[in-house]
Amino acid sequence: MKESHTARAPAGLGLMRLSGLMKKEVHQIVRDPSSIAIAFVLPVILLILFGYGVSLDAEHVPIAIVVEHAGTETAGFVAGFQGSRYFSPRIMNTIQMAEKALMRREVDGIVWLRGNFAREMLGPGPASIGVIVNGMDANQARIIEGYVTGVWSTWQERLALERGSPLEIPVAVEQRIWFNAEMRSRNFLVPGLIAIIMTLIGALLTAMVVAREWERGTMEALMVTPVRVQEILLGKIVPYFILGMGGMALSVAMAVWVFHVPFRGSYPVLFATAALFLLTALAMGLLISVVAKNQFVAGQIAIIATFLPAFILSGFLFDIGSMPKAVQFVTYIIAARYFVSILQTLFLAGDVWTVVVSNGLALGIMCVFFLLLVRRRMKKRLE
Amino acid sequence: MLRRIIALMIKEIIAIVADPKSRIVLIGPPIIQLLVFGYAATFDLEHVTYAVYNEDRGRASRDLLARLEGSPNFHRIACVQSDREVRPLIDGRKVMAVVHIGPLFTENLLRGRPGSLQVVVDGRNSNTAMIVLNYVRSIVTGFNRAWSEARGDAPAPADLRIRFWFNPNLDSRWFIVPGLVALLTLVVSLLLTALSVAREREAGTFDQMLATPLRPVEILIGKALPGFVIGMAEATFILLMAIFWFHVPFRGAILPLYLGLFMFLLSAVGAGLMISSLSVTQQQALLGTFLFLVPAIILSGFSTPIANMPPAVQYLTYLNPLRYFLIIVRSVFLEAASFDLLLNLYWPMAVIGVAALMTAGWLFRRRLY
Repeated sequence: MKESHTARAPAGLGLMRLSGLMKKEVHQIVRDPSSIAIAFVLPVILLILFGYGVSLDAEHVPIAIVVEHAGTETAGFVAGFQGSRYFSPRIMNTIQMAEKALMRREVDGIVWLRGNFAREMLGPGPASIGVIVNGMDANQARIIEGYVTGVWSTWQERLALERGSPLEIPVAVEQRIWFNAEMRSRNFLVPGLIAIIMTLIGALLTAMVVAREWERGTMEALMVTPVRVQEILLGKIVPYFILGMGGMALSVAMAVWVFHVPFRGSYPVLFATAALFLLTALAMGLLISVVAKNQFVAGQIAIIATFLPAFILSGFLFDIGSMPKAVQFVTYIIAARYFVSILQTLFLAGDVWTVVVSNGLALGIMCVFFLLLVRRRMKKRLE
Repeated sequence: MLRRIIALMIKEIIAIVADPKSRIVLIGPPIIQLLVFGYAATFDLEHVTYAVYNEDRGRASRDLLARLEGSPNFHRIACVQSDREVRPLIDGRKVMAVVHIGPLFTENLLRGRPGSLQVVVDGRNSNTAMIVLNYVRSIVTGFNRAWSEARGDAPAPADLRIRFWFNPNLDSRWFIVPGLVALLTLVVSLLLTALSVAREREAGTFDQMLATPLRPVEILIGKALPGFVIGMAEATFILLMAIFWFHVPFRGAILPLYLGLFMFLLSAVGAGLMISSLSVTQQQALLGTFLFLVPAIILSGFSTPIANMPPAVQYLTYLNPLRYFLIIVRSVFLEAASFDLLLNLYWPMAVIGVAALMTAGWLFRRRLY
């Protein structure tokens, strides 16, 4: 019976039917304000929380400095730590005290100047400074190691200068950090967060809309009307697409004006790639909705399949090149991966066409693939 | 009363396990996530791609570049001959760094003048850039030491001897995988409880349950227990995987860990029920779950340290049960932490859990009558 209905419906898209469907969807959106909240309130809250909450710039690292025998030599070294904004040092007298503080997680590291430090400094060989860092958080430990080494080398240079014999270091590393000279982690984290937040919002907006209609039986009601499958899909996508683009514009505006991330690309490129990405995210949400059949499962899949993979596998925080090959392969099916790369490049480097085109192409392929898949799954059910 | 609660709990568990799709959601994703994220979530750079731009023909530059080449972390992609070739390589993300050595490098060094090594790094990910620079610096330091020794220069007045406790090789995985135990347990237990009441309410079966002699408190407990039991089982499974599959050293004792897990599940289930009793439709419940879960993960110290957050946000993290349990899991795993060191992490979770459950109970009663 349904077949005969589809057969009678004229080919192509009926504009009137489509606009009717969209009107219906808009009414639904307006009546249950949670969709509007998802599109406009959620990105603002999340971006503020994450923009301030996610940071890899360690400052005021609590550190214990054990000075067993205070003297002018030790004072010069300790002053280096006290003057640094990277450390908030606490002077202790015994290593036992410091170790206890490390165990209690009150300090992240210990710098240990032994009693014979001054004597060793005057001797022929180098004096040794013991450093213990809590290695539990490996990344943080590495950062602290870098900071301690920095304090140590400026102290050595000053010492050599005071002694009238400038330190001779054969090779000096002259570093140039492109795109983000001051190494603000926020500059690359905020664009990445936009991609993750939009993944989440795209899926949240559409993950339940089809499952809901099935559960309530309104899908059957839609089917006995002459609307075609692609019209139902388009009628669902277009309103949420407009909502999602609004959320996206809000996020970008916040990145530029609230978090002061420089935007060096061009807005048309941003708009085009953002539209492509949002369409992919919405299509993925629709697919979850169509496959799951009920809202309970659709909701669970949406949580599991969107946020965490986007967070961990998109290259937003963890370098994809360092993952094992099998996991790298998995990242190719994460849409956020491509958008993170595009956004970080557009914000910090500008319109680099090799990056934009290759990632945009990948997004386009994913988008078409998901849409076709949704279309197929829907058709199967209709027959 | 106990019999009624147990009966309800059995009904809940059957409702979850009997539905093949819910069953898959419970078992499949945690295993896949643990495996994929366990391998993916690492800050260690094992594959730094770089290009060399060497204008020097001497021995010193060859020596230094050989050290770079010999490092297992570095992978040379290209050798360039001019300044112009540098930009496209970095812009297009072909390489993370370009190492440039000027034409007078060896000559300067041989005459006792400092040579300069220029390193251009892609700063689009500043954390990666910093790690790359640290790697380069440590290689250059090794070169410098060998060079000075060979020339018979006086050594530096003081040396740093750096040791890392608990994780001597600085393996990120030792930090991330125990964190995943906490993270995935939270996701599962929250998901199970958060949508459960809203689903019954939408399906109309909630009214039927109200017509039975069950009291609201009993319904609440019956809804809470399955999440608790299944969360316990999942956590145990993930713990075993962390120890036997990922070989993260387990140095502490079982008891302090499970006491923490108990408190953690209490707060997670409490939060889930609170979301559930607040929402009328499943879509709202899903939204609520997201609104709890996503900030809970980001503001927990799972991936980036809490100490780096601004003070106002740091205060917010005290409300986050994941924050406490993450420290407990990691400390028990790596630091062999005992009860007395963890004491001030247990009670905040208990307080959060009890408060959430009481709020959920209160909301239940208000919605019922």
